[in-house]
Amino acid sequence: MKEYHYSGPVEQRFSPYSFNGGTVLAVAGEDFAIVASDTRLSEGYSIHSRDSPKCYKLTDTTVIGCSGFHGDCLTLTKIIDARLKTYKHSNNKTMTSGAIAAMLSTILYGRRFFPYYVYNIIGGLDEHGKGAVYSFDPVGSYQRDTYKAGGSASAMLQPLLDNQIGFKNMEGVEHVPLTQDKAVQLVKDVFISAAERDVYTGDALRICIITKEGITEQTIPLRKD
Amino acid sequence: MALLDVSGFSRYSELRGQILPAGRTHPVDRTNHYSFGTKTPELALPLGVDPSAFLKSCNQEAGVSIDLNHGTTTLAFKFQHGVIVAVDSRASAGRYLASNDVNKVIEINPYLLGTMSGSAADCQYWERLLAKECRLYRLRNKNRISVAAASKLLSNMMLGYRGMGLSMGSMICGWDKEGPGLYYVDDNGTRLSASMFSTGCGSMYAYGIIDSGYKEDMTVEEAYELGRRGITHATHRDAYSGGVVNMYHMREDGWIKVCKEDVSELIHRYRKGMF
Repeated sequence: MKEYHYSGPVEQRFSPYSFNGGTVLAVAGEDFAIVASDTRLSEGYSIHSRDSPKCYKLTDTTVIGCSGFHGDCLTLTKIIDARLKTYKHSNNKTMTSGAIAAMLSTILYGRRFFPYYVYNIIGGLDEHGKGAVYSFDPVGSYQRDTYKAGGSASAMLQPLLDNQIGFKNMEGVEHVPLTQDKAVQLVKDVFISAAERDVYTGDALRICIITKEGITEQTIPLRKD
Repeated sequence: MALLDVSGFSRYSELRGQILPAGRTHPVDRTNHYSFGTKTPELALPLGVDPSAFLKSCNQEAGVSIDLNHGTTTLAFKFQHGVIVAVDSRASAGRYLASNDVNKVIEINPYLLGTMSGSAADCQYWERLLAKECRLYRLRNKNRISVAAASKLLSNMMLGYRGMGLSMGSMICGWDKEGPGLYYVDDNGTRLSASMFSTGCGSMYAYGIIDSGYKEDMTVEEAYELGRRGITHATHRDAYSGGVVNMYHMREDGWIKVCKEDVSELIHRYRKGMF
């Protein structure tokens, strides 16, 4: 039998992206905002780190959660930090949450043809002190929401939030406004559920609570398996 | 090629630089992220690859799925009392519903509206850029820009990136010195003026409704009802449209927002006999 053996050049495809997992969630209340993320960093079947939170503090009133490809998350947050400093030096004031969201949209669209593989959610207080959440797609389309989940377990969390915070698909319920304690408890419950069913979510939960007094952080353990 | 040299014909890529002014927008391989408001918007291109095929090829790698927000039905028509603009509010990313309450009408100024369909990011970015150009025009010329000129600015922006995979179908509606204006602009650079348009994946269903119910001399209430029905029936049949109907009425003294109604309630109202 003749051996079939190809020995010429072979195309090796290099993928510039990889998926590092992680889930991010943000909720806006009347006078507070919560941004929460798990802390697992994975790739394929491996876990690179159990302590890699995905919330990054931008200003005293704004936190961003980034999930997707970790390399792009790091670069993007560095660029946002640099732009915040430039703005502060030129205008002698801190950027508001709405302005940061608009700026992030143009930064992301600048790479429309070679996108940052990052799903961003910004949580913070707007100029009137009310909670604000802005959610993005990888190329910069964004809108202001009351709550949003992003990342690997987003499809599992979003319906639960729609029901509990948006009162969707329920009849005859009183629309009670969300208090800060109830919101924090809901976020913890929601992540515990996500860790049960999504392999890329787990290890620990980092919650950042933004109020006019400042930003407080809590870390709660999740399933490590 | 010998024939190319003999005939003196230049390649499209060389012609492109001459047709479209160099100062407009140009792709670079790394964006300058650190300045606020560059004079010419710069978008980065991966070198040596076809931009429209690049994203699709990345999605085949293990685990990576870059899904961009998409999908819509929008419609607009002129009648004796102005222009009615009605849009749905759904954004889907692949098979996942990213949001059910997106605002797909961008309020450029009190006399100009732009709608968005196709890729959400493309529409938001380019129409926001159009709003900036309209504002600059107003400041430089002390007069509001005409609807024809605004739509032409947008279609030239699209022509600059033709073939690179942008996806945008937009209607520019306004009221200027010529009266009510309605233009359709899309990512190929098409720019058309007519009295009725519908765009997006649900447009075929919307056309069926508005074509059958349209009369030039409708009353305002009849026109509102026609716009509402068009979007409602399109969302009923198209999976990628839904949410709420956002309706605007462009009048001589500017636009007003007419309503924001949930389509599931509307469809029950219209199909009382069915359910």
